[in-house]
Amino acid sequence: MRIAVCIKQVPDTSEIKIDPVKHTLIRDGVPAIVNPYDKNAVEAAVQLKEKHGGEVVVITMGLPSAKKALKECISLGCDKAYLVTDRAFGGADTYATSYTLASTIEKLGPFDLILCGKQAIDGDTGQTGSSMSAHLGIPQLTYALGIEVNGEKVKVQREVEEGTMVLEASMPALITVGKDINVPRYPSIRSKIDSYQAEIEEIHLDNLPNIDTSKIGLKGSPTRVKKSFTPDKTKNGVKISGGGSTTVVNGLLQYLGEKGLV
Amino acid sequence: MELNDYKNIWVYVETFENKPKNVGLELLGQARNLADQLNEKVAAVIMCTDGTEAAKESIAYGADEVYVLESEEYAYFDAEIQSYTLVELIEKYKPSAIFIGATNNGRDLGSRTAVKEHTGLTADCTGLAIDEESNNIAYTRPAFGGNLMATILCADARPQMGTVRPGAFKKGQPDYSRKGDIIKEHFLLPPETNMVKFLEFIKAQTNGEIAIEDADIIVSGGRGLKDGKNFALIEELAQTLGGAVGASRAAVDAGWISHIHQVGQTGKTINPKLYIACGISGAIQHQAGMNGSDVIVAINTDPNAPIFDIADYGIVGNLFEIVPTLTKEIKKIKEK
Amino acid sequence: MNKLLTEEQLDLINLVAEFGKKEVEPIAAECDRSGKFPWDTYQKAFDMGLHMMDIPYELGGAGIDFETSLILTEELAKYDSGFATSVGAVGLAAKAVLMGKDPKLIKKFADIVGEGKFAAFCLTEPNAGSDASATKTTAVLDKDEWVLNGRKCFITNGGVSGVYIVFAMTDFSKGTRGISAFLVEGDREGLSAGKEEDKLGIRLSNTSDVVLENVRIPKENLIGKEGMGFPIAMLTLDRARPVAGAAAVGVAQRAIDECVKYMKQRKTFGKPLAKHQALQFKIADMEMQCEVARQYVRYVGKLVDNGKPYSEEAAICKAFASDAAMNITVEAVQILGGYGYSREYPVEKLMRDAKIFQIFEGTNEIQRMVIAGQVLK
Repeated sequence: MRIAVCIKQVPDTSEIKIDPVKHTLIRDGVPAIVNPYDKNAVEAAVQLKEKHGGEVVVITMGLPSAKKALKECISLGCDKAYLVTDRAFGGADTYATSYTLASTIEKLGPFDLILCGKQAIDGDTGQTGSSMSAHLGIPQLTYALGIEVNGEKVKVQREVEEGTMVLEASMPALITVGKDINVPRYPSIRSKIDSYQAEIEEIHLDNLPNIDTSKIGLKGSPTRVKKSFTPDKTKNGVKISGGGSTTVVNGLLQYLGEKGLV
Repeated sequence: MELNDYKNIWVYVETFENKPKNVGLELLGQARNLADQLNEKVAAVIMCTDGTEAAKESIAYGADEVYVLESEEYAYFDAEIQSYTLVELIEKYKPSAIFIGATNNGRDLGSRTAVKEHTGLTADCTGLAIDEESNNIAYTRPAFGGNLMATILCADARPQMGTVRPGAFKKGQPDYSRKGDIIKEHFLLPPETNMVKFLEFIKAQTNGEIAIEDADIIVSGGRGLKDGKNFALIEELAQTLGGAVGASRAAVDAGWISHIHQVGQTGKTINPKLYIACGISGAIQHQAGMNGSDVIVAINTDPNAPIFDIADYGIVGNLFEIVPTLTKEIKKIKEK
Repeated sequence: MNKLLTEEQLDLINLVAEFGKKEVEPIAAECDRSGKFPWDTYQKAFDMGLHMMDIPYELGGAGIDFETSLILTEELAKYDSGFATSVGAVGLAAKAVLMGKDPKLIKKFADIVGEGKFAAFCLTEPNAGSDASATKTTAVLDKDEWVLNGRKCFITNGGVSGVYIVFAMTDFSKGTRGISAFLVEGDREGLSAGKEEDKLGIRLSNTSDVVLENVRIPKENLIGKEGMGFPIAMLTLDRARPVAGAAAVGVAQRAIDECVKYMKQRKTFGKPLAKHQALQFKIADMEMQCEVARQYVRYVGKLVDNGKPYSEEAAICKAFASDAAMNITVEAVQILGGYGYSREYPVEKLMRDAKIFQIFEGTNEIQRMVIAGQVLK
């Protein structure tokens, strides 16, 4: 079977700090990583390949620096990697991004399955996978906790707040996964070394002759960021240090009592 | 597209077993506020097998109109079937904006519908307002793990769609004397919408615990607990207070507790009356999920932990001494 | 610290750091206390090929240069130096086999460790430590088989390996020239592990006696030629020294990292420890020793990669880095004060772990003999 995995290179949001004076994001020195949920998608795809045979193609849209993320996916078992990059694709929102990726998938296809992480940790929108399936007109099986392929069909345990739905669809289908589906493997040093030599093919606008250019990039994006700001949530609360635990607890209980909480 | 043809704010009121989920009711309150500013109406959209209760609740929480779609096809969520239906409804009634709770189902419905309608969708918002210049909906959402907030407009396409985090708005007081129109709709589903076969639903085991989304008091544990077995301290305090147990991402990632307890950007957003953070440093990602709490108490050994910046009452100290003492003292008070 | 490293080297460091942080660090304190051997974690390290980093690619290794393997050993040792030592010992046993240049034997070895099994380098004996000529273990040829008898001690991975590289006398009359090296599969009859050492530090590693009682192995398991054991052992030890040096730097760096974290957080007399000059001087001294040791380790790596002689430099590297690690970890305990002495913080473990690096792969006294010998020749 042929599986496409769409990934995103993201800044490690746990390393992002705010400039205390300018109240802006400090992005310098923040490592760029493969979006963690996308690693689960890669692992799920590679496991399916190991079981059923075939190949795993990894795709990302971004700047040339995202090649590093693609190489990491190669070291984790993906067979081929494509970077979708063009000035014309820049400034895309989730609509335009998912459309561009869907057009790439059509160009590189056919695929039996398309796997994505459930969301990216920088934007946290969780829309791109689902939107791609809409552009492609194929079933979406999101928040998968397990994937089983049987002939032409794929069965998925889909997580929702109240429990788990068991769903089945014909392939091709799009599946998104979270971290509960598997534990991504570590690449071996050897596969890392191999990945440094791997060829990454670039996909530019001219490689996608059927694309509707009114739906790509900034111009094709229905939403616009009007402004951005860093939240200031600092409160001037009480801060107690030192004192025996009984004293401290009594102080706290008095405070909670005043608030009517105990 | 004639933007002026599109009027009124819709809220998709998601149901489970024909009961409306809280997030839809939360959104009706805010939709009401915004619609009043625009002199427009608020409508709820309900798809289930029996919409009676959800329709009644929707009106009580602020809807002027309720579109009710009842069919066995809506018994369990299906993104293709529900988005097909929502598109039909949009085409017929032309709403200006649609708010959808950012549950797993809501996110799927939002994105599939937005693509079909070729309109903009702002995902996972925590703020909803009217842009004063344009009267468009100003959707505010966190990015970069809550380090940055962005306000987003969808100026040239309709409807303006957005998914909103559960818990981002507090549920208003229901008014069961309110009047509203219930409009029953039915659309024939073409066979190609039958893409996904539903096989089974396995309900999550809750073993009687209070879910953190519904709790007034939450006691949360983080990395400072050092070991999963120490969550017993947190559980005991939570139980004594009649509250629920929360956890930081670090504690969940360490495998100490299930992710249904996770509070934060990648977990749940909660706004209880009291939040007690024990051994949680309070990274911005964590804050994103809990800074709407009325009173925040933090217990941490590190005086520079960011949790103290947002705490109403901070204690620099050892949780292993303070938490058990606190539990003991509260038990004493309760016995009296 | 890493200013001259390539993007690939930095990427590999990140990989090892991720592994160390997520897999090794969380179990290190507990295994140190209980002496439990973390099989699963080792298995993960083997799956990544951390035990075969500089083994040629054709033989299933990663085939990276020696310098890079040292850089990665340093990183791994930050999370636990006993773990890094056990993993590194497999690579050293491999080096001994490679020196024999027999493709069949090399394949035999590579197949065993490629499956994720440990290997042990068995040279030291109760009465032959740094003095290999006193070796008492014997190997006698009986038709097509070598028969080995003797006892090895302080063997890293002694109780856990799938393959053992054993040095034994084949001709007592020739002194060190009568020593030969053998590959002994772990399942050979008569091979057993003695009691496991209960050690001061590096307690995540397994160290035990290895007992050989009439162990019969095929003739072709002789590594190289008869009498080549001593040079093989010495060359392998030359290689082991920078590896030990690299691990010692890892221990030292971890101690510095822990101090920096603590000094920024802990306040005395109204200001953080980091603002007290007495401690600033301490941390500067620690940093100087650590950084010089690190760069010297990498220099030795470059010598090896460029085919230059490096015996003296290997000795300098090992002795300097391990002395530095010892000094730095003792100072780290001092900086953390009572917390440094407490098992709740990781620095007392670092101090215990550091000590071994002054002892094994030739004590630092032996290193000084090697260095003096070169300087005064």
